[in-house]
Amino acid sequence: MNAVPQAHASGCFHCGLPVPAGSDWGVEIDGVSQAMCCPGCAAVAQAIVEHGMSDYYRSRSGYAATADQAALLPPQLRLYDGADATEKYRAADGMLEATLSVDGLRCAACVWLIERRLRQVPGVVAADMNVATGRLFVRWDPGQCQLSGVLGAVREIGYAAYPFDPARHEAQLRRAGKTLGRRLFVAGLSMMQVMMYAVPAYLASDGTLETDMAALMQWASLLLTLPAVCYSAQPFFRGAWASIRQRALTMDVPVALGIGAAFAASVAATLRGSGDVYFDSVTMFIFLLLCSRVLELAARRRAAQALERLQHGLPDSAQRLDGYPASRDATTVAAGDLSEDDVILVRSGEPIAADALLLEGETSIDVSLLTGESAPQHRKAGELIPGGAVNAGQAALLRVVRSARGSTLATLVRMAEGAGLGKPALAQWADRVGTWFVAGLLLLAAAVFLFWQWHEPARAWPIAIAVLVVSCPCALSLATPSALAAATDALLRRGVLIVRPHVLETLHRATHVVFDKTGTLTMGRPVLRDVALYNGAERGDCLRVAAALEACSAHPLAQALAAAAGERHLEASGLRQLAGQGVTGSVDGVEYRLGRAEFIAGLCGRFIVPATASGVSSVWLGSKAGVLARFDLADDLRNDASNVVARFMAAGKRVVLLSGDQQAMAQEVAQRLNIPEALGGQLPEQKLAFVQKLQREGAVVAMVGDGINDAAVLRAADVSFAMGSGAALAQSHADAVLLSGRLSALADAAEGADAAMAVVRQNLVWAMLYNMVAIPAAAMGWLNPWMSGIGMSLSSMLVVANALRLRTSVKGN
Amino acid sequence: MEALYLLVPVSIVIVFAAIWVFFKMSDSGQFDDMVGPALRVLQDDDAAP
Repeated sequence: MNAVPQAHASGCFHCGLPVPAGSDWGVEIDGVSQAMCCPGCAAVAQAIVEHGMSDYYRSRSGYAATADQAALLPPQLRLYDGADATEKYRAADGMLEATLSVDGLRCAACVWLIERRLRQVPGVVAADMNVATGRLFVRWDPGQCQLSGVLGAVREIGYAAYPFDPARHEAQLRRAGKTLGRRLFVAGLSMMQVMMYAVPAYLASDGTLETDMAALMQWASLLLTLPAVCYSAQPFFRGAWASIRQRALTMDVPVALGIGAAFAASVAATLRGSGDVYFDSVTMFIFLLLCSRVLELAARRRAAQALERLQHGLPDSAQRLDGYPASRDATTVAAGDLSEDDVILVRSGEPIAADALLLEGETSIDVSLLTGESAPQHRKAGELIPGGAVNAGQAALLRVVRSARGSTLATLVRMAEGAGLGKPALAQWADRVGTWFVAGLLLLAAAVFLFWQWHEPARAWPIAIAVLVVSCPCALSLATPSALAAATDALLRRGVLIVRPHVLETLHRATHVVFDKTGTLTMGRPVLRDVALYNGAERGDCLRVAAALEACSAHPLAQALAAAAGERHLEASGLRQLAGQGVTGSVDGVEYRLGRAEFIAGLCGRFIVPATASGVSSVWLGSKAGVLARFDLADDLRNDASNVVARFMAAGKRVVLLSGDQQAMAQEVAQRLNIPEALGGQLPEQKLAFVQKLQREGAVVAMVGDGINDAAVLRAADVSFAMGSGAALAQSHADAVLLSGRLSALADAAEGADAAMAVVRQNLVWAMLYNMVAIPAAAMGWLNPWMSGIGMSLSSMLVVANALRLRTSVKGN
Repeated sequence: MEALYLLVPVSIVIVFAAIWVFFKMSDSGQFDDMVGPALRVLQDDDAAP
């Protein structure tokens, strides 16, 4: 370190604490040697200077944190505190929010550890760790702490955290998989070989195995167990150490104690030359435990697959036509640099970087990533294409309407990430119980050891080890989150985005399903229901003429007519729109009018207008020759509505229709769908009151609405679904969004919820039975350490495999 | 029986050698793609272009 520190103020230049007399830690900052109170501060200050960040000292407004904490923070993490980095994380209310990926997770209890540590950091408002995806969501107050502080806190307890970056996350997972594979290989090799050396001792009857030979076998086993204990079992020891340092108990503690105790006892016996050795049990336990870790890692990777596909859905770059329309030369720019009104070129097969309008021609797009809908969709010029859709047709020119960050897919990813991070009550309960379980287990093991020490000292060690090893709280700490994550992911692939974590749980318990009518059970837009023909007109001709007249109109009725006419279009000329009346124009030289009856009458003379049913809009087509056709358009039911209602009724849930429309119309829809209870003419407040009344009577209400008009009642319901798409996504107040616009996705969600809860219940019941039988058996001395190892590993593999089943039982497309 | 005094140490050496070889293979990326090589070998591109 540098020479005599200058007498600077009164204390450490870095943190402001008094400098101990006689110390000479100092760092040269801007050419002046400054006194430091401890080597920690000196190291940090040195690092700051070396990384060219000594500006910090000139512009800081207060002393730094004392360095023993800050010293753990590599200087590159400080880069995340910069102004633009901070801006990236700003949430609506001035707090900062970030999603971090965390390396080195071992089990669900690690999650608890990380969350607990982060909540101690001043300024951190929320911290939610998702074990299934390895992602950490943090919300903090920029006035009190910074991102580097958050990352540092996670590092301090032995995990590496980075701001989330899909590429890095991928690499991290691959590395974790590779390391785990190596550990498994070493453990397996050492297990097989140690088993061989153990065979003679098991086979030989008393006295037939020479002492020398027995010693040789024991020493050989000891040597071969070393790599398994020192290398393969490292994650267990590290996890246990980190959790003890934080005074929180994780599953790693009994495992590490069991391995450590068995190995130590065996080494002691080998050195002494007498007593039992358990090298075979130790290696086998390590191997089997690693097997279940491999399985769990695979489960975790697969649980995040659909989300990952979303994250990779938005391209990094785009082809921008800077000179459009004068020139069509494309330059490649980063997708993040796209702004409104930029024109981009998207070649066939490429994803679209941002929400954009199709400028010319037509194309088909694949939106399977966004909605789970696999059939390509046709788009014409002027129509909106959501970012993240893949251009499946010819190359297209598009005008960007929202930047890539605000695009549909980006919104979707943010919502999905946020959803995976919160924790359902069930998982929180499992975490808590898991911790108590481990604490109880350690006490029991100690008690059992003391008892046998007194009763039969020779068996005290093996029995205590067996107790430590045999217990399996995996169903609590591991399988519950895995099951919920697997179900959530499977549903995302089917187009159900779960926004709040409690959805699966609550939907499973729901007793009432309340549907809104317009836009939920019905399409929310008119469809051609009937055509009445007059004066010998032909249906197809009338439709084509109508479609030609409406070609330039964006009115929903016009679009319904165009859709009904199909692909073959006629060309209309001299089109003129009369607001509130209709449209007039000529097709093949004949003048037509399309619109209200009075408007048509102006061309073809008066005629008698028949009364139409309520809820049906009639559009008339006429020419000089007279009235040709009447098109009856009405909001039609979704194809899958009756099927979905039937599925809910079959599942024993009460289905209610709640509509703002007239009672008669609500009744009609209810009749067609076999819904027993229908209430029409409901104002939003009345809907709210109705749901609250049901809830007071003890019902658990699932509400399905269109997400925007029903905000209040959706919020009041126990669990709510919105039919959502596009940019309106973020505004919906529902707990889950049906992205595909298919109502049957809702029934899938309900089935997914039932399946997930069934698996969770099975796992919990299994864990309870297993532990109730196995732990007392081990304590009584009926189980050897090796039997315990097998039992524990098989049990944990069983629960993880059971949770994985959900991915296939909730079938994807 | 005396042969065991030789064979057991030899087996230990072999196991450690196997671990060493495995690590080298793993480092060289042999296990990164477990599917591709099996498909590649089927491709009949021996003929000169």
